[in-house]
Amino acid sequence: MSEHHTSVEHGQEEHHADMSKKLIWKVFFYLLAITCLEFFIALVLVYNGPLEKGPLVNFIYVVLTLVKAYFIVAYFMHLKFERMGFIICTLIVFVFIIYFIILLLTEGSYLHMHLHHAFS
Amino acid sequence: MNTTVSQLDQVKSGPWNGGKSPFAIEYGKIMMWFFLVSDAFTFSAFLVYYGAQRFAQITWPNPDDVFNSIPGVADSGYPLVFVGIMTFILIMSSVTMVLAVEAGHRNAKKEVVGWMIATIIGGLMFLGCQALEWTHLNHEGYWWGRIPEHYEGIDKIGAQQFANLFFTITGFHGFHVTTGVIINIIILCMTLGNVFEKRGTYLMVEKVGLYWHFVDLVWVFVFTFFYLV
Repeated sequence: MSEHHTSVEHGQEEHHADMSKKLIWKVFFYLLAITCLEFFIALVLVYNGPLEKGPLVNFIYVVLTLVKAYFIVAYFMHLKFERMGFIICTLIVFVFIIYFIILLLTEGSYLHMHLHHAFS
Repeated sequence: MNTTVSQLDQVKSGPWNGGKSPFAIEYGKIMMWFFLVSDAFTFSAFLVYYGAQRFAQITWPNPDDVFNSIPGVADSGYPLVFVGIMTFILIMSSVTMVLAVEAGHRNAKKEVVGWMIATIIGGLMFLGCQALEWTHLNHEGYWWGRIPEHYEGIDKIGAQQFANLFFTITGFHGFHVTTGVIINIIILCMTLGNVFEKRGTYLMVEKVGLYWHFVDLVWVFVFTFFYLV
């Protein structure tokens, strides 16, 4: 049973694509660059600049956050190098979260409309 | 005594009857991923509720006004600076964690130890910063169920929701960072004790690394929704 177990582990190590140190630092600089971009937009463009806080800027923030999430999950958590079947298993389930987000934005928006009506 | 083994008792080795992992990943790693997906749902639920409340309330505290101090340096006027430092610290600790995993692949014990220590220090620095952030907000008058007195009328509702949600969500995240640091310390001790040398694999470091990256990932979202949006 124990040799059975180690052969499973060693077999798995064989086709285990590696994150080289170069790639690790590359991804780090991407993350740093995107974070700096977010701060630039927030502090320079919005705080004392032309852009206003609102749906456009929020959309940009969310897109940049999703890009950062992609880099962390795919490279740091190594998901990109796993079998496609496993990637699908892990990620498809988040379709429920997307549904939940849409659902609750709708709810929030409805509440806002009616609270506004009631108080102003 | 029957010398042939029944179907049920045969040791099988096919991909779907226990012989090998169908995704070529070790069992413990798959289970860590499943746990992280479930935890992602919990955090998503909290953050989506935060979004729903923000959308619903008529007014909401302006993040640029609430979070504009640098503890120990300035009391106001510097929005986003301190949280920027916190985000940088956590991303750095994520990088050192990946470097520890990479060193583990080469069975380089000394490097694994070095990078794990760096990761632990990063985690502790983040927790210290979060504690400073909480202390500052508390001194301003915010806490679970409490808001500063300058909120009036209808503004109080949004402010109360904000206060409760801020401490709950960042607290829950901070709890994850704390357990992550503790687990990292345990793994560091195991590395120093040659447990992984003897096992022949540093896979455990990789699994714990997944948890640490998850913690960083959640922070990226918390940071966006509390401080930027």
